[in-house]
Amino acid sequence: MKKLPKTDVVVIGLGWAGAIIANELADEGLEVVGIERGPWRDTARDFNIGTVTDELRYVMREELMLRTRQNTCTMRNNPSQTALPMRTWGSFHPGNGTGGAGNHWAGITFRFQPEEFRLKSHLTERYGASAIPDELVLQDWGTSWEEMEPHYMQFERVAGTSGYAGNIQGEKRPGGNPFEGARSGDYPTPPLRQPYGPTLFAEAARNMGYQPFPVPSSLVSEAYTNPYGVTMGPCTFCGFCTNYGCANYSKASAITTILPALMRKENFTAYTNSEVLEVLTDSTGRQATGVTYIDSSGDKWEQPADLVIVAAFTFENVRLMLLSGIGKAYDPVTNQGTTGRNYAYQTANNVTLFFDNKNFNPFIGAGAVGMGIDEFNNDNFDHSGLGFFGGGSIRVTPIGSAPIGYRPLPPNTPKWGAKWKRALKDNYLSTMSIGCEASSYTTRTNYLSLDPNYKDPHGRPLLRITFDFAANDLKMAQYCTGKVADIAKSMNPREMIVKPMTGHWSSVPYQSSHVVGGFIMGSDPSTSSVNKHLQVWDVPNLFVVGASAFPQNPGYNPTGTVGALAFKAAHAIRHFYLKRPGEMISA
Amino acid sequence: MKISLAVSAVALLLSSFASQAQPDYDQYTRGRYIATLADCSACHTRDPQQPFAGGVRLQTPFGTLVGANITPDRETGIGTWSYDDFRRAMTEGIGHDGKRLYGAMPFTAYTKMPEKDLQDLWAWMQTLQPLYQPVETNQLPFPFNIRTSLMVWNWINFTRGEYQPDAKRSAQWNRGAYLVAGPGHCGTCHTPKNLLGGDKGGKALQGEVVEGWYAPDLTSDPHRGLGKWSQQDIVSYLRTGVNRYDIASGPMADAVRHSTRHWHDDDLQAVAVYLKSSGPAQVDKVPQPLAATDARMKLGAQIYGAKCSACHRPDGGGEKNIFPQLADNPLLNQSDAISLIRVVAAGSRGVDTDAHPTAPAMPAFAGTLDNAEIAAVVTFIRNSWGNAAAPVSADEVKQVKAKLE
Repeated sequence: MKKLPKTDVVVIGLGWAGAIIANELADEGLEVVGIERGPWRDTARDFNIGTVTDELRYVMREELMLRTRQNTCTMRNNPSQTALPMRTWGSFHPGNGTGGAGNHWAGITFRFQPEEFRLKSHLTERYGASAIPDELVLQDWGTSWEEMEPHYMQFERVAGTSGYAGNIQGEKRPGGNPFEGARSGDYPTPPLRQPYGPTLFAEAARNMGYQPFPVPSSLVSEAYTNPYGVTMGPCTFCGFCTNYGCANYSKASAITTILPALMRKENFTAYTNSEVLEVLTDSTGRQATGVTYIDSSGDKWEQPADLVIVAAFTFENVRLMLLSGIGKAYDPVTNQGTTGRNYAYQTANNVTLFFDNKNFNPFIGAGAVGMGIDEFNNDNFDHSGLGFFGGGSIRVTPIGSAPIGYRPLPPNTPKWGAKWKRALKDNYLSTMSIGCEASSYTTRTNYLSLDPNYKDPHGRPLLRITFDFAANDLKMAQYCTGKVADIAKSMNPREMIVKPMTGHWSSVPYQSSHVVGGFIMGSDPSTSSVNKHLQVWDVPNLFVVGASAFPQNPGYNPTGTVGALAFKAAHAIRHFYLKRPGEMISA
Repeated sequence: MKISLAVSAVALLLSSFASQAQPDYDQYTRGRYIATLADCSACHTRDPQQPFAGGVRLQTPFGTLVGANITPDRETGIGTWSYDDFRRAMTEGIGHDGKRLYGAMPFTAYTKMPEKDLQDLWAWMQTLQPLYQPVETNQLPFPFNIRTSLMVWNWINFTRGEYQPDAKRSAQWNRGAYLVAGPGHCGTCHTPKNLLGGDKGGKALQGEVVEGWYAPDLTSDPHRGLGKWSQQDIVSYLRTGVNRYDIASGPMADAVRHSTRHWHDDDLQAVAVYLKSSGPAQVDKVPQPLAATDARMKLGAQIYGAKCSACHRPDGGGEKNIFPQLADNPLLNQSDAISLIRVVAAGSRGVDTDAHPTAPAMPAFAGTLDNAEIAAVVTFIRNSWGNAAAPVSADEVKQVKAKLE
């Protein structure tokens, strides 16, 4: 192992969170080294319009995702089972390379609602402690909407997020989301224009008394130059969006909004194809001293640093902490330990509508263009007597119906042959679906730990996911999907398929990459790993940033909040930590 | 009070030292700036780790020339040169050993530099790190490798002498004219060349093919030149690489990256003032665009709609700071479409600057469009939305592509 000269800051991962913090700290004048396990990715070279529209390459063969040979997870539904490794990604898509999962994301950019940051307190105040199902381990985040809002704004300005604000400084605006927290300003770019499917859905929702709004989207609607001087071009609804890198410079990611500016800074260095093995601590365990990593030649290096920022994907954040012995590993039997606790997912539901005389031109689409309603999300409706908490964001977002994967077939269609072909031809243009991306609340037995049986190529244990849907979430899924079906019925389709999430979690079908928790934030070190500044309890020069910090998952996509948390951590480091390095909050 | 008096006395003392030390430092920074204006690194720095050690290969119509090592290394650089040797090279094109320099070294432009600028530049060059790197500058084939032939060349193509200000014009205009003709040596690429590779008389800055790109017309001709560009368009282009008509690409990307983005604002303004006033000898008659019914135009319109309109918009309007507008754009009307063909066929990446770090890329279409289709779409954009220029043939596309391979 060779030792490199010490740097001020080492950042692990150059996706959204890592790039945001690296850039902020480089602006502070610190020497910053970013270490990325995947390759360098760049719009001009990797996402050329002539080659990017390749469904086989990017969707079927998962080009932008982490290679499972390099690193994967094992999975099981409950602690009594033996976990098995995922050899191909299904349920979720961890990213790889500069930009991370932010290259192939959809672009939906919600802010969490104010009550989410104090969910346990909020539900206790509104319904009483006894109303919360015993299986759930809900927690507050240790922060507040007021503390988060400026950082959401920072993220949206960098990403050029398009949308229509429903609440600016307390003033409600018809046409926007009536449930969103008070915003200090509007979206940087106006909402995208809506295709036919979302328009039809919004009309039906409005007729039922709901308040539809354009889904906030980090696909910009017009040419936009962000505060770093980086320019994006307007989304063209090309339909090769989710799972693809954007060829049009329209979808915000670290590579389209931050890295072009960051790479110019002399005090920033990126190492790509370099995988961090461990975060090092001194003999007291209370001071991080740097990291070790292995480069593409197989050489091992130690990079000492004064400040260590872990900003990889949820899974790797948690695994690195477990491998490095930081915090105490969570034990579901004793309910002790914090590293790995409160792992949660998202509950995916949808309703498919088959029409006879409509043409949706489904090949027109984008990961984040659409209309949604929030009447049945989170605690926006009265849960008294329902026997569950949580809800989902109901919306129509046509992502683009690519030729291999898009096979809209009504129930009872034969699996092959002339009738199959006929059904596909009849339904391709005239089918749409309404999704309901819903909350996932944490339980005592949903957690992350090191797998005792399976190892990665470096001999380190893989991360083991123990997860199943809480009964609470399945009840919620039934209820909310029923509400979606009511809207769907009012649109008079010929027939429809109503699919709430049921049964056990399966790692095979894609659901969402919204895996959260495992190294959560909070105000109590006995039940959380990081404080509200994303600073690790008891290791003040170590920050762990990402969706790993969410104590549970609301019915929204996580990226806006990941971005805001990254800005929040950077703000705390710049304004408080550097002035007085040490615990910013004493336990 | 006493303390502050003492402090200010020390400060006075220091400042008097400083003022004595100042001239050397000023001369050094002036010299460095002149080197930036003259973009010496373009030909003399191949490896950024070895600044000014030469080695950049320059493809000329006559063969390959290689930029010399101009560090003060005594063996392989110019360490044994005197100031007079240097001045002679810069103003007469004659090197230390009496060897004549090829016109690729733009002494025909540098001859316009006044003595003081040359002295400053020389003073700065003395501070460079001497680097040992032998360079064979002359790699031309026979007979062009015979340097005595350059006597004839010089006799035809070279006028020696410092820039003479035009008393009827403002100081700003004269500064601009000097920068363009002298250190900036814009004409080296942008002025049409005669058979010998010298500047064609009376055609200054009217555009020429250089290294497989077309260095466009910089006169104030409204159809092909900078007539439609505002002064701010010119400044923005040179400072940031980006304006509404273009994002610097190809050799000009390097010129922006290494040179013009570092120019003082006053100098960029002066250049803009000068270029806006430098009319062509005669404005060519604006050609008529091809009819939309022309078969090439119809095919081109179809391809444009399918492949180009998403970024450049159906009306050719482009998107600010990222996808250049094609409508009413003089760059599309150049007499030679080589840059357009090249960019469509092989793609290109715009320059990145501090002001505009994005560096967006034009994708390559050689894999998806055949020669006739590339010709049609280039013909279409050259004859739509206010543009008008000669159509492009599949054969021209073939030739451009052959040179790229």
